[in-house]
Amino acid sequence: MQKSNIPLGIHWEAVEADPRFQALHREKNKFLWRMMLFTLIFYFLLPISTAYFQDILKVKTWGVINVGLLFALSQFIVAWAIAVIYAKRANAEFDARSKALVKDAHNIRTVI
Amino acid sequence: MNIKSMNKVLLIIATLQTAPVLATPKKYAAVSAEYRWLTFLVFSSIIAATMYITYWASKRVKSTEDFYAAGNSISGLQNGWAIAGDYLSAASFLGIAGLISLYGYDGFMYSVGFLMGYIAVLLVIAEPCRNIGKYTLGDILAFRNDPKKARMVAALSTITVSIFYLTAQMVGGGVLVKTLIGIDYEVSVIAVGTLMLAYVVFGGMVATTYVQIVKAVLLVIASLVLVTLVWLPYGFSLPAFLQAVVSDSKVQAQVAKLLGTAASSMSAQELGQRFLEPGLFLKDPIDQISLGMALVFGTAGLPHILMRFFTVPNAQEARKSVVWAMAIIGGFYVLTLFLGFGAAIHVGPETIGGIDKGGNMAAPLLAQYLGGGENSLLGNFMLAFVAAVAFATIVAVVAGLVLASASAIAHDLYVNVIKDGNTSQAQQMQAAKIASICVGVVAILIGILAKGQNVAHLVGMAFAVAASSNLPAIFLTLYWKKCNTTGVVMGMLIGAGSAILLVLISPNMTYPQKMVADAKTVLEGAVGQPAIAAKASEGFICELFTFCQKAEPAKPTVETLDSVPFQTKLVNSEIDHDTPPEEIIKAQIKIAALKKQIEKAKEDLAKYQNQTTSQLTSMMGLEKPLFRLKNPGIISIPLGFLMVVLFSLLTHDKRAEDLWEELYVRQNTGLHVEGVLH
Repeated sequence: MQKSNIPLGIHWEAVEADPRFQALHREKNKFLWRMMLFTLIFYFLLPISTAYFQDILKVKTWGVINVGLLFALSQFIVAWAIAVIYAKRANAEFDARSKALVKDAHNIRTVI
Repeated sequence: MNIKSMNKVLLIIATLQTAPVLATPKKYAAVSAEYRWLTFLVFSSIIAATMYITYWASKRVKSTEDFYAAGNSISGLQNGWAIAGDYLSAASFLGIAGLISLYGYDGFMYSVGFLMGYIAVLLVIAEPCRNIGKYTLGDILAFRNDPKKARMVAALSTITVSIFYLTAQMVGGGVLVKTLIGIDYEVSVIAVGTLMLAYVVFGGMVATTYVQIVKAVLLVIASLVLVTLVWLPYGFSLPAFLQAVVSDSKVQAQVAKLLGTAASSMSAQELGQRFLEPGLFLKDPIDQISLGMALVFGTAGLPHILMRFFTVPNAQEARKSVVWAMAIIGGFYVLTLFLGFGAAIHVGPETIGGIDKGGNMAAPLLAQYLGGGENSLLGNFMLAFVAAVAFATIVAVVAGLVLASASAIAHDLYVNVIKDGNTSQAQQMQAAKIASICVGVVAILIGILAKGQNVAHLVGMAFAVAASSNLPAIFLTLYWKKCNTTGVVMGMLIGAGSAILLVLISPNMTYPQKMVADAKTVLEGAVGQPAIAAKASEGFICELFTFCQKAEPAKPTVETLDSVPFQTKLVNSEIDHDTPPEEIIKAQIKIAALKKQIEKAKEDLAKYQNQTTSQLTSMMGLEKPLFRLKNPGIISIPLGFLMVVLFSLLTHDKRAEDLWEELYVRQNTGLHVEGVLH
């Protein structure tokens, strides 16, 4: 928390400017914001359609099950799918790349 | 539509609407006296188990690290269960099952919003918070902002959100225990409070976490058993089960009651189908979107959820814990669909709504029915088990909230603001325990004072404040280089302030003058009014505020008993019996409904008869709500974000800029998360 506690030898600005960090944070951000945006649009379609497009939700598709129920259930599938996709990519890729940076951090000195 | 089905529908409506007036409703006690021992046995075993956990945990709590963050010793899987436990509070376990049993589809809409909130937690909040923070929200905000100012405003916001959430839990818990085992409201509130304090003071975060895990596992097991019993007769087929819901006469009667006169042209099957369609509970479209925003953005700002990410050793475990939490919470919410519909077909919406207006008893009553009913040993055992799990839920969630507020008071305000961080480990522990006891006592007092108050909107309000104040501050501190102290302080104050203010002038409050006027209209009758068209120029603002006229549908004429002499005579058999039977049933419905309204109107009038007109205002001195929506999110959330951005751009803060690179590298990589913090 306090700046005085920071171990000597890490040059934060240099690490931040390191091309590996720049590439990592750019790719990570792009990936995160895309998923976040998709989730928000997909979720808000539900209250918007229950408010303004009830006729579509009332269409029966499978016995008494209507589009509205399927749409609500699909939100669960989407939420889980996003969690799994993100966790897989983060575990396989982002973790390894940030670990490599952390290992090398003491040697990154010059701001490029 | 043929006459036969028409008659059936009318009969349904007639029995429903006349029942409360014509027949004295049976006085309901959830557990009969001869089975009280069983309830006590089940409750005591669960309480004893949690006390053992607390005893075991107390030996492990030696430092503030242990007290606030369980010594970072919780694994991702364990933390996932604990987060699920925190989130599956009484409101979502009992409340959502209840809403589904009473209103069908609309109840399920809540489940979806609650789960989707975790996407934001997973993608943008959990890992950075673990990498940057130590014990509290204040730690995260103090990293690059002015530490004292940031901690003060973070503590204020944490305490506000926790108190709203906590009050709803305490009142809900008091009512639940009173209904289930028949002890006094005050006694049950004190019991919840004392037990919770025992967990927190002796076992800190270690006990709170493990109690949450045990409770969440019990909750999921109980729900799985109930859902299996509900679904098994239909061969685990979803269409077959829902067909049974649609064809159930109790469900059809409930829809007929909710739709009123609009139901008279619908067949029984159509009425049942309507239960699976939106619009029976949530009526105002903009209010729905506003609530959705509060749920989706608020989860990431709840202090007792944020605090859970400090209990795991690193960002990878934090990520794992959110994924587990989403699997458990989502799975549980799918189960609520079956619990709610199961309760609707087996217990019936009328019985559920008769015991508790919000439907909170749906799940416990379903358990009793599935075990063999009111007079069976197994039925009462299952009721007691579900009730005890619900009780444990409330105690554990309150414990988490008290711990979050206590850490804000002791760690942020006392240790870091008042004492400048110059305190010994022993002093810090003492401060933490004293703060916990104070918050706990306040929680008990609020619980007792709020007896009989309508607290349902408080959970929504907690989410709205968290979404309008905590989320913008955390999010922009972590991801926006130009964010600074003034932005965070002003954004949090204005975001939280606007959310609270809008709720205070919203329809959630009680407006005596409107109640009196409505009661008088019912007693004296009123002539119908034509529809009012909105002025085109005012548009959207008029959807939100009442100072301009919103488009309104035509108002029907209000009838009194005097204005319907023909029907009165029919019901009293003063007219020859050659009137067709459906006419008589129609008349019975009408008279019964009128009598019920009149009774309610007289009660309302009696309540305010001794007050002058000037005294007849809401808490804020208003005669009618100024704000139309029940949830303020649609205004306060964008406002919170906007204010952080605006004030950050207007001011200059060297510290916030200097520390940006360090914060950004650390939140992304977790570099030196351990080395720096100790």
